[in-house]
Formats: sequence, C-alpha cells, structure tokens
Amino acid sequence: MQIKKSSTVYDAIIVGSGAGGGMATKILSEAGLKVALIEAGPFFDPKDPVTQTQMKWPWESPRRGASVTRAFGDYDMSYGDWKVDGEPYTQKGDTNFLWWRSRMLGGRTNHWGRISLRFGPTDFKHKDVDGLGDNWPISYEDVKPYYDRLDKMVGVFGSNEKRYNDPDGFFLPAPKPRLHELYYIKGAKKVGVDVIPSRLSILTKKLNNERGVCFYCSQCNRSCNAYADFSSSSVFVIPAVNGTGQVDLYVDSMVRTVTTNDEGKATGVSYINKKDRKEYQLKGKTVVLGASACSTARILLNSKSKQHPNGLGNSTDNVGRYLHDSTGAGRAYFVPALMNRKTDYNEDGVGGMHVYSPWWLDAKKDKLDFPRGYHIEVWGGMGMPSYGFGFDVSSLNKYIGGAIGGYGDKLRKDVKQFFGAVVGMAGRGESIALRDNYCEIDPDVVDQFGIPVLRFNYKWSDNERNQAKHMIDTFDEIGQAMGGIPMGERAGKDKDWGLLNPGQIIHEVGTTRMGNDPKNSVTNKYSQLHDADNVFVVDAGVFTSQADKNCTWTIMALAMRTSDYIIDQLKKQNI
Amino acid sequence: MKRRDSLKTLLVGTVAGATLGSTIGCKTDGTTTTEATSEVAEIGLYGRTPKEIAHDKKITGQVYLNEHELTTIAVLCDIILPATADAGAATDAEVPAFIDFIVKDIPSHQLPIRGGLMWLDGEANQRFNKEFITCSNTEQIQIIEDIAYPDDDGKKPLMAPGIKFFSRMRNLTLTGYYTTRMGLDDLGYTGNYANVWDGVPAEVLKDHEVDYDPAWLAKCVDQSKRMDIAEWDDAGNLLT
Repeated sequence: MQIKKSSTVYDAIIVGSGAGGGMATKILSEAGLKVALIEAGPFFDPKDPVTQTQMKWPWESPRRGASVTRAFGDYDMSYGDWKVDGEPYTQKGDTNFLWWRSRMLGGRTNHWGRISLRFGPTDFKHKDVDGLGDNWPISYEDVKPYYDRLDKMVGVFGSNEKRYNDPDGFFLPAPKPRLHELYYIKGAKKVGVDVIPSRLSILTKKLNNERGVCFYCSQCNRSCNAYADFSSSSVFVIPAVNGTGQVDLYVDSMVRTVTTNDEGKATGVSYINKKDRKEYQLKGKTVVLGASACSTARILLNSKSKQHPNGLGNSTDNVGRYLHDSTGAGRAYFVPALMNRKTDYNEDGVGGMHVYSPWWLDAKKDKLDFPRGYHIEVWGGMGMPSYGFGFDVSSLNKYIGGAIGGYGDKLRKDVKQFFGAVVGMAGRGESIALRDNYCEIDPDVVDQFGIPVLRFNYKWSDNERNQAKHMIDTFDEIGQAMGGIPMGERAGKDKDWGLLNPGQIIHEVGTTRMGNDPKNSVTNKYSQLHDADNVFVVDAGVFTSQADKNCTWTIMALAMRTSDYIIDQLKKQNI
Repeated sequence: MKRRDSLKTLLVGTVAGATLGSTIGCKTDGTTTTEATSEVAEIGLYGRTPKEIAHDKKITGQVYLNEHELTTIAVLCDIILPATADAGAATDAEVPAFIDFIVKDIPSHQLPIRGGLMWLDGEANQRFNKEFITCSNTEQIQIIEDIAYPDDDGKKPLMAPGIKFFSRMRNLTLTGYYTTRMGLDDLGYTGNYANVWDGVPAEVLKDHEVDYDPAWLAKCVDQSKRMDIAEWDDAGNLLT
C-alpha cells in the first residue's frame, strides 16, 4: 500500500477538534497561519436539523431515549461513548478504567456539562501545601490573563465571590436557583457548606452577534442549535473554517503517528482516511496534539523512529504516566416536602445546575484524612420524562408509610405526587497523580485501522477512598438538613464508599504532563515537547495535577497560551 | 405559565431572534401530529446517524411478541393505567406498541415478559380454566390483586414470579405512557419549549417557605437586559 502524500506544508497540523484543538484552530487561523485540522469523527454542526436532538420530545425516539445506541441516551450528543466500534482498549490486571471518546467535530464539548471552573493559585502549587504530587511549572498568575480572555471570548455565567482558590472572572449573570436548589442552599448552609451560583459556559446574556442567548431548555448535553452554549464545533471550528479561509478540515481521519526527520523534529502526521481505509501523510512546520489526554499519549507512543525509539516525547518514559481522573461519588434524597408540588410552570432552566458548592474546607486545618478536596454538584427538579421514568416509583411510598405497588388511579397518584421530589448530589474531587497509574500500548492488540491500542493500569489509593467517604457523609448531612431521606443503600468500605471507576468522571488528565525537568515530565511550561520542539500538546495531557475543578476551562486557557507561543516562535523562526 | 402563553411572550419578546431558527419549540399547542412523527422517524430525523437508522430499521423489521402476547399486554396496560376523566388509557397512548418495540431493542426484557405472560395464563387456567384475556374483568382483577403488591412477608410464595413480572409490566407501562404527549399532559410537565427562566413563581416559594436572598438575586440575570451585549469593567463587574 502506497502512502499518499500531500505537497502542502502547513504552518500547523492540529490533531483533534475538541476544546484544545478547537481553540488552537481558532487562534492560529485568525493569526493567518495555514492550518490543517484533523478529526477522527464526522463533521458535526449543532444547528444541522438532520443530526439535531435538541427540543425533541421523548416519543420521537421509539425507545424513548433509552441508552441502547448511546450510553447517555438517544439524545445525548456524543458519537461514541465508553465504547467505539472497532477501536477497543484493554486493561491490565484488575484495572477497570472507563474511557469516553466522542468521534465527531467538536468532540466531547458537544455534550459536556459546561461546568467551567478556573483553577486557583493553590491548584497550581499544591505540593507546596501537602507535599504530594508535583507543582505545575506555571502559576495562576501565568494563566490568569488567558482565563480572562477566555471568559470574554466564550462566555461563562457565574459570580465574583472573592474566594482565594475559586478566582473571580468576567462572568455573565447567573440564572436564579430552581426550587430544589433553594432546598439545597438551605440544607447546605445549615451544616456549614458554602453554596454559590454555578459557573457554566452558557450564554445567559448576549455575548456577541454570532451566537444566540440561552432559551432555557436544559438540554446542553444535546448541543445548542442557537450556539448559546460552548461547543468547540459551533464556537471555534465552524467559524474558523468559514471565516478565515486558513483551515483545511480533514474529518473521518484517524492519526496514526507523528512523522519525524533525522534531527528528530516533527515533519507532519500520518493518518488513515476512514472512508477509503488508506493511509495519507500531511506535512507541517508544527504539530499540535489535542486528541484528548489518552489519545495523544497513544499517538506519541506509536510514533517510534530511530530518533525516538521509545516513542515521540518518551525518552524519559513519562508519556501515558501520571494519568488521573477526578474522583466521583453520588447519592439521592427523597424530599417529602417537595411532594405534590405545583407543576404549572416551566423550570427546565439551563443545562445542569444553577448552584454548586465549591470546596469549603482545608485538609490540614480541618484535620481531614485525605488530601485536596471536591466540589458538590446538585440535581433534581421536574425534568422531562424519558425511558426509565416511573420505574419503581411507587416504592417511594416506603418513606411515607404508603402502600407500595398497585395499579390504576393509585398508581397515577403516585407518579404525580412524587414528580420532582428527589434531589441528588454528586461530588467531584481531586486525586493525586501517581507515576504507576498509566496508559501504555498493548503489544498484542490493534484497532480496525491496524493501530496499536491503549492498555490501562490504574488503582485508586486510600486518599481517594477516604475522600469518597467524606463526600457521602457530607451528602447525608445536607440531605437530612434539607428534610430529605437518603435513597438506596449507602456504599460501605467494601465498595470504596461509592467511589466511581477511574475514567468514569471523564476528566482524565496528566499523560503528557508539563514540568521544568525533562526527567519527570513530557512537555515544558508552554506545552512543548522536551524531545521535539515543534510538537505541542493542547489537551488535558499537560496537566501536572487535576484540581477539585473540571478540566475544560483550563484546557482552553492553556491551549490559547500555547497557540500564542507557537505564533511567537514561528515569527522568531525558533521552530 | 402555560406553553401557549409562553410562546406568545416569546414571539413578541426578544427570544425569537434570528439565531433560534425554525427548529425549536415547535409543538406548543398540546397536540401530537403522529403523521409528522412517523415520517420524521422514517428518515431518521430524531437526530440519528446512518448506523443508528440502520439499527432502528433492523429492530422495527423484527418480530418478537406474537398477537396473543400483545393482546394480553394491552389488557394489562389498561389495568395498570385505565382512562380517567381527564386522561386516556395506556392503549390510547399506544403503550403496547412501545413495549413491542422495546423488548426487541432491549433483549433483556424478552424472557421475563414472555415467561411472565405465560405464567399469567397458567395462573388464569388454574383458577378459572381459561386464558387471562378471556377471563372476566373481576377474575382478572382477582389475579392482579395477588401480584400487584410486594410480598415482603413471604405469605404468597407461589405468586413471586407473577409479582416480579407485574412489576416489570408496570414499569414499562409507566415509561411508555408518560413519554407521550398524553402522559406529559397528565403529569403536568410543562417544559421543553423556548422560554425565559426568571425564578420560581412567588406562590410556589410561599408554599415551600423558601425565598430568594436579595444578595443572591443581585448576582442573577436581569432578563430585560438579556439581549444587551455583555461588557465589563476591568474588575469584572458587568456594565450592561
């Protein structure tokens, strides 16, 4: 098979069109650079009526939205989930790492929760506080200008709260809390847990003339056809492709390797066109990897050459290591006071929560048995029914002394009286990055394109287990304080206190982490490979540590910073 | 606010800007156009990928439940959700068709449903020497009464398979019903249309003895200015 080579030499070849790749595409193309953007999935535009799921009614799906073909349900806007057909990944030992991949323009940003939290000053230097993990080679002050630009560029609602480690920004105004959120606020305050307006990249107010304003359908996970939430497809890539004339978009194209020359510098990429299953090569002055933390690690590890025998960027055996995801645990509460509530108003609200609890304690001062912290997300309300609605609804009678089971009018009454009477909490916390938690190339398995796949090795430690216990203890306190009764069995020690699988929170980071010392890091403080100075990483791989925050806002701020650096370095002819 | 009122507000208000397009918030008059729905499903316009369209076609083309089973399911569905003064019965909402589809789409339902239906006929035969659907309403209810409630004390061990089956039937009937227009109206769900959320209505706040903290409200969106382009001072204070 002959590899088809293009004669164009791009200023930058960007791999992946999600949060990081999308940002790089926007910044580099607007600066006049000639850019190739390569995406492994198909083209996707949230406003295309053929693919749109937003505003669909449950009955428009014959399975009423059940998660048969999409893990988060028919209407979730992600092509690909824990599984991608023909593209497996494997586990080492008893590891059960879950890896979510969205194969489409915009990647996972089409369906994400839009929770957009800046990392704070402590988050970049947490080793200074507790001696664990490593400090980032950069500080909050280095990233702050980019967070500021990002807030104004993409839009995020929230509020300035003067909290040291949850920095203020340029926020759009927050939506008012819904009824169940008022219950949560009351309960949390009673037990001393802080609550503030949530911070989501949804436009509650006009940001510019290109994008619409939120019309409160609560369906951001379906991707907004008015472009009123942030998806990389609608906000970055499509405008860059249409507006700058500088972007060549390659969809359904799966990058196999980064190609290098005798000096060890990158010369471009080799990719498989999924449509004709042939291999192609593109040439570029720089390669910008934004394929997602694990996919980027996979490409680098598969890019072996005489100059990079251990894989590109992997001369010190750090690629794929220090993989870490957020911790997660959750619990639901039945709130009798919310029974038989008035339903004659639309409380859909924005997609996700209107309020949340940022981390409110201090591991040292409060003498906790785990380091770092977590934030609490709240859910509940009178959501639109879909598959699963009404399942075992009458069992809630056990909390109020009513009869369980039945049929007819009694059952109708149950459905109505319990509608919107459950409130849930979910903790999302920081784990410590460990060298022995990693992804690597499985020597025995290739995907349908012949590309060796990833194998995961990941174990939680007591740090994360103790944190999960603290989460459910706190949820129970808040739940009780808001008049709720915990539902279902409380996970015990044997079940790690309900700690979810690694990967399951979909905040995996750290596989190409940045650092000043090439011996224990893959990239430098500009997300530039130590081993090849014209290769950059713009996804969460570069995170030295995850905070008790979600990673997307920081991915984008860093991708913007790295893009500025690339422009500068190309101008100075340093790379 | 009712859907219809809200739409009116919407059209005279500022939400119906150009970017909203024509694809959202359409069905606001409380009726279902089955014709449009089936046509949309046919060409995959509930947002399917080509692979998903093929999956749906494959499932729709399969036969699992037979006529007798579907007839029995229809009788059971209407025992579970009979018509009321305000709302139609489960069969009016075409719940049996949903169950017919879902057991093919989620095969783990197949054996419990098929076996449970057979168990029900067996029980009817034992008690009344006829199949369930040919029993009188009184006879049917006599059996249903024995399987519609959990048997926590283990007083009716022979009913256990029936109780399990009926619980599954109840779940599928409720889901099938409350995911239709008829079901949403019965439930009182009033969302899924473009609107402007401006907080919990005052009478609801009063009902629940909660209120908005003025300091919190000060951070919230002034919906009369939602279409003014955001501008901030250098300290991050919103100016518009």
